[in-house]
This record gives sequence, structure tokens and C-alpha cells, in this order.
Amino acid sequence: MAYSFPEEVLEHVFSFLSSDRDRNAVSLVCKSWYDIERWCRRRIFVGNCYAVSPEIVIRRFPELRAVEMKGKPHFADFNLVPEGWGAYAYPWIAAMEEAYPFLEEIKLKRMVVTDESLELISKSYKSFKVLVLTSCEGFTTDGLASIAANCRHLRELDLRESEVEDLSGHWLSHFPDSCTSLVSLNMSCLGSEVSFCALERLVARSPNLRTLRLNRAVPLERLANLIRRAPQLVELGTGAYSAEIRSDTFSNLADAFSACKQLKALSGFWDVVPSYLPAMYSVCSGITSLNLSYAAIPSSDLVKLISQCQNLQRLWVLDYIEDSGLDALAASCKDLQELRVFPSDPFGAEPNVSLTEQGLVSVSEGCPKLESVLYFCRQMSNAALIAIAKNRPNFIRFRLCIIDPQAPDYLTLEPLDAGFGAIVEKCKELRRLSMTGLLTDRVFKYIGSHAKKLEMLSIAFAGDSDLGLHHVLSGCDSLRKLEIRDCPFGDKALLANAAKLETMRSLWMSSCSVSFGACKLLAQKMPRLNVEVIDERGPPDSRPEGCSVERAYVYRTVASRQRLDMPDFVWTHDEDSSLRYS
Amino acid sequence: MSIPQEHDYIGLSEPLQSEKLSYKMAAAAEGVTPSLNAEKVGVFNLKETELRLGLPGSEAPERKGGIGIGVSLFGKELKDESMCVKNFVSGAKRGFSDAINGAGKWGLSIHGGSAADLGGNGGPNLKEEIPAVKAVEERKNEASITAPASKAQVVGWPPIRSFRKNTLATNTPKKDDVAGKSGSGCLYVKVSMDGAPYLRKINLKTYCSYAEISSALENMFSCFTIGQCGQGLAAKEHLSESHLMDLLHGSEYVLTYEDKDGDWMLVGDVPWEMFTDSCRRLRIMKGSDAIGLAPRTMQKSKSQN
Repeated sequence: MAYSFPEEVLEHVFSFLSSDRDRNAVSLVCKSWYDIERWCRRRIFVGNCYAVSPEIVIRRFPELRAVEMKGKPHFADFNLVPEGWGAYAYPWIAAMEEAYPFLEEIKLKRMVVTDESLELISKSYKSFKVLVLTSCEGFTTDGLASIAANCRHLRELDLRESEVEDLSGHWLSHFPDSCTSLVSLNMSCLGSEVSFCALERLVARSPNLRTLRLNRAVPLERLANLIRRAPQLVELGTGAYSAEIRSDTFSNLADAFSACKQLKALSGFWDVVPSYLPAMYSVCSGITSLNLSYAAIPSSDLVKLISQCQNLQRLWVLDYIEDSGLDALAASCKDLQELRVFPSDPFGAEPNVSLTEQGLVSVSEGCPKLESVLYFCRQMSNAALIAIAKNRPNFIRFRLCIIDPQAPDYLTLEPLDAGFGAIVEKCKELRRLSMTGLLTDRVFKYIGSHAKKLEMLSIAFAGDSDLGLHHVLSGCDSLRKLEIRDCPFGDKALLANAAKLETMRSLWMSSCSVSFGACKLLAQKMPRLNVEVIDERGPPDSRPEGCSVERAYVYRTVASRQRLDMPDFVWTHDEDSSLRYS
Repeated sequence: MSIPQEHDYIGLSEPLQSEKLSYKMAAAAEGVTPSLNAEKVGVFNLKETELRLGLPGSEAPERKGGIGIGVSLFGKELKDESMCVKNFVSGAKRGFSDAINGAGKWGLSIHGGSAADLGGNGGPNLKEEIPAVKAVEERKNEASITAPASKAQVVGWPPIRSFRKNTLATNTPKKDDVAGKSGSGCLYVKVSMDGAPYLRKINLKTYCSYAEISSALENMFSCFTIGQCGQGLAAKEHLSESHLMDLLHGSEYVLTYEDKDGDWMLVGDVPWEMFTDSCRRLRIMKGSDAIGLAPRTMQKSKSQN
């Protein structure tokens, strides 16, 4: 059938499709749609940098403008992935340099980025605009200097929680006077002091600056001047929020804040002196996002602040808020959608604050829009979880971390199976779940039966047998990422659900009961799964085949299963069909 | 997956041994198709999974019963698929307690071993049936985490990012009752070695002395040294702080660290606690590069070479 629809029209129609899923669907309709779509795709998201190779991406999508990519598995955040495992950005950067001269955006998460890569980025793309490095590492402030100096149209430089080797603050001074395009600057993870004059001048000549996140080294006394130069700010991260109590510093700051009519998000607040918090009160009614998770503020001062923020939608806070503070939150902030409570003293044996499961119950009762929670606490009960589930069936993300990983219901001493079971049963839209506490195979049965929209599951120190893992793999239809540590799950469940693994992005299992033999078998039978055995004890075949591997990382891939950058503690399937180490 | 759940949470509040919980499919299939029993032992046959591969997200028509991918084990055996679906449904209608008291076998066995491996026929502790190696590992696992009050630090627990952990360590809370507490129980520093392709991270708080840290580093980096680290170590009876350099004796490397002020110092000169407080990062340097650091100590180690 002759297809008389002109390509340009189709392209125009496709340009309204921004979601990757839609574009992927469109490209499967027919060959000509596939071809048209691939030439007009401008943005790409690669969830696992090893699932595909740069060559394949470049071959299929010749005209990309924005690349977003993730590297190490999530558990790398907690030091479970040894250094040197991989996720190097350089091969991608180098390949893209030739292929995409008009590239504008690079966003990387959990990847190793070198100064060399940064320099290459800064010199290769004439219209480079956006660089976001989340939880990345491997570069120094010298690399940042290259970006600052050479990217003439830079709009965003965001270094969220990256580990940067901080040689000096001099990098900031490399922004030329002609650079006026900045919209977003996040340097909160850096340690050293930048030149305050250079910073002030940069802010003053950036009329489009919407987001400014300073680092701890910017003292409170400097904050007022900076904010004054950018009254259009929408998101502000302060530096250290402490100074001698002086009325002129205070009033200066309060005046500066009151000029910021568009401020919606606040963060920073290292080393807080609570007496300076009221300087912000004038902006509180407009604030929708508040990140106080680095701020040691006593509960009473927190309550005073929060009760001013009636439009709050997102709150990240330390457990200094205590149950009483969460009660106040539940009473004042009816628009709250996301709550994260972090522990102030996670390694202490005894609780240092009065924060219990009750706080979470209150918030779930009082905040009808609450859909996302990350909560660290020291005790939990099935009754509380059941109440929370009943109160708040609209949860999308529910992550609970009890400091003692195998803590039972503290009232009945039973496992917390029933509680988490209630969560998955009532919260039908649940997409992400992390569990802790004493948990048996039963909770996994509930999860397999109910959590049909669950995409990411994190499990630690839970379960009794392979049955648990089997329930999850066979029941969770939408599962994309599964990460497991220290659970008695092993070969049987893994091999019985081998096909399921190819429908997921990845599976991480560390300190479980997965044997090397099973890994070999899985890799042999599933040619499109890369089964990485990550073991620092030396070659796996120097131990009995039934011996458990330290870590197994299994992910689907269309790239080679013998990635060239494997360190000596990673083993994968050798395509000669005998598993050798690299 | 559409197996209706019969249970409610009230019923479940009775203490149940999870190992008695049968996998419903197995129970159902058993009751319906006797021939399945014989095949159960070999039911875990990877050939089955091989044939099941499709595009991610695709569903083979026979799976319309909505059981899910994992059930392909049983799905393959049953010839009549509509019967399959019906029987699973009827099987699932068995009461929850029936399933518990029933056969309690989960017929998956990779090496053709007894189907009771996973089932636990009323065995009190499922873990006893797992091969010895695994049981030992699990008990070791448990031991290390059932003592939170002891110094045993589990890697990566609680799950808090390094950035946050390091910030907590240097946070000065204004509350009086927490003023006395020290910071985190965890201090990760990077260890690099000249000439090694990648670096390592270690938690300084897990070591109590220079001897411990040097032997740990030795193990970690021994694959990179061409030299005779091990021989030097074997020759020593005990290691004292001042003999740290001797550990790497014969391999031309010295251990150095960067302190809070950004200066590079030789490891071993200051008391251990002072070292852990001020150390930001470690570097195993070639002896020739370390000359500028502490001439007197360098000469001492050179004379011993």
C-alpha cells in the first residue's frame, strides 16, 4: 500500500511526542515510521550504560541533542559496589563528540567522569547548554574550570551530590564576563571556597538565573548580597546558615529574602543557627519544597518554620523533627506530597530523638496528597503500617528503613509481613518499595500477589528461602529493578525465572546464596542477559561451584557481554561458552 | 497474575511458619494433574525457559491465563491450556489453611534433588535443608547483624549516601543532649596506588591499629605490586606503628595520607586516633616520590631495604 503521507508531516506529528515510551511504540509501527522517528528523535534516556553501546545508539539516532544516562546500580550509593567496577563516561563522551556536534545536554547519574571527559565536552559542542552530574565521581574542580571557561552558552551546571576532588574554588572565576546565560547553578557538594566577588558578579550578570545552590563555604553574611542580585530566583540553596547573632545581619537577610517574590524551593542550611530562620519567614507562604536534611534544628524551631509553609509539597528533614513536629506538619501542610526523614545519628545504638512510627502515622492521616515517603526510624509495628496503608492508599513510593535491619514488630515481636502486606494491598499504584524489619517469605507472597504496578523493589536481610524471590519474580508484572542484599535467596528462584530477568532493567543480589554454577548456567541460557559476578576473593572457579558469589549483577543488554572495561574482580560469560574471567 | 487471594490479614495474624506455606501453584497442580508429580522433579529444566524467551514485555498467548512468566514451568507440561487455567483457578480456591496443611512442596529442584528441598515438610527450620555451605554463611550473616549494639558494622547499613554520612560526621547540632555524641561510625576514605588502574575505598573505623590497616591494604593491592610485599610481611613477628614502612618493605612503596589541611604525610607517625581524625585520603606512593615528606623516616626505611 503506497503510503502517501509525507515524511515531514509525520515528523511534525512525532515532534509532539516527548515520552520515550510513546516514541518507542511509534517506531515499532512499521519500517518507515521507525526510520522517520529515529531521525527526529532528539532526546534519549539510557537507564543502564551497559545495556547498549555508544555505536548502537549513534547508528540508530543520528541527530540527538540530549543524552541522559545512568551507570552504577543504586546500591553503589551504599558502598556495595567496589571501586573500579565501571560506568565510565569517557567512551560515550568520546564517541558522541564526532557524532553529535550539536549536542546540548548531558545528564549522568552514578557514573565515573574524568576531567578529560569534561574538557572534551567543553570543547566539542558549540551550543552546549546543560550538564547535570548526579552522584558522579572521578573529576576535579579543574574539569569544572574547563566547562566554565569554554561553554559559552551554558545554562545549567548541576553537580548534585557528586564526589568532586576539590582542588580549589578558582574554577568559578573561569566563567567569562560574556557568559550571561546561566539558568541553574548547583555547587552544593563542593567543599572549598570560591571567590565571593566572582560569584556575585556571575549572579549579577545572569538575568535568567532561576536556581542557585551554594556550598557550605559561602557564609551567611554573604547570602544577602547574593540574593539581592537575583530577586528572580525560584530555587535557593544557602551555604552555612550560621553567624554571630547580629541585628544588622539579620535585617539585611530578611530584607533580601522579602524581595524574592518567586522563591519556591529552599535547601542548604548547614550549621544552622535557629535564630536566623525567621529571616526567611516572608517567603514561606510561597515555598513548595524545603530541604532541611542537613540542618540540625530542634523540633520547636522546625515547627515554627513549617507552620509558616502552608503550601509545602515536599519536605526533607532530619529526625530532629520528632513525632511532635510531624504532628504539626500534618496539621499545617495539607498539600504535602513527599516526606523524607533522615536519621541524625544512624550509627548510635540508642535513639537520640523521640521519633517513632507514630510520626509517620500522623502524617499519613493528616496529609491527603502524600504519595512519596522515605522514613528512617527505630521501631515499627504492623498496626502502624496497616493504619498508614488504610489512611493513604495513594502511595506511589514507600521506603521504610528501620535502623536495626531485622527488627520485628516492637509490640508483638512478630514479623512485619502483615504490615507491608497491607501497604501493597491497599496502595495499588505503588511503584517503588523498600522494606526493612523482620520479614519472612510471606511478605513476598503478598508482594507478588498485589504489587502489580511495582517497578522497583529493595530488599535487605529478609525472607527465608528461594520461595520469597520466586514470588516476587513471578508475580510483579511491572518489575524493572530489583535489588537484594543479605537474603537467603539463591539459584532455584533465579533460574526458574530466567525469562523474567530479560523483561527487567537489572537485578542486584549481594551476600545472598547465588552460586557461581547458577550464574554460569543463567548466562549460558540467556544470551541477552549479562550476568556479572563481582567477587573480590579471586577467581570464582577457585572455589567449589556451589559456593555463593559475593555479588551478582544481572542486566539485559544488546551490547557485548564482555565489556572492555571490566576490572579483575568481575567475571562474565565468555562467548566461547566456557566461563573465564576477563 | 489473577490468582484470587483468599486470605485476609486478620487470619494471618496467627503465627505461621512460612516454610509450611505451599506455593499455591504446586499445590493446585498436584491435585489436578498427577502426572505432574513425576515431572516435578525435572520440572525445572532450563530447556523450558529457553523456549519461553520473547521480546521484553511480550506475552505468549497461552499465558493469557494471567499466571505470569514464572509459571512456564508448569505451563509447558499441561497440554490443555484452558484446563490449565481453570485448574489453577480452582486450585487457588482452596482455603489458605488447606494450602498450609497440604503437601507443602514446591516442586523446583535444579539438580533433580528431592522436591522437599524447598518445601520443608513441616520441618521447623527450612534453613537446615540448605547445603551446609549456605547454612554457615547465613548464620554468619545473622550473627553479624543480630548484634547491633556491638561494634560490628555492616557494610552499607543503614543505607545512607556517603555525602550525607560525611556531612553528619561534621555536623554540629545545637541540641544539648546530642552535643556529646561523636559522629558517624563510618569513615570512608579513598585509597589510591601509583600505577594501579583504579582505587579502593576503605572504612577507617573498621580498623583499630596501623597493623590492621596495612595488612588490609596489602591484601587489597597485592595484585598490583610486582614486588615482594608478602615476603616482607612474613618475616615480621609483629608490626608496630613505627615500622609501617617495613610492611611494604621490598616493594618500594610507602603509605601516605592527606590530612585535613591538605598536606601529605607519611602514615604511622601520629597516634592512631589522631590519624583517623585527620586522614582524608590515602595514597600508596612509590618510595622515590615520598622523599620530600619526612626525610628522616625515609632514610630509615631505605637503610633497611
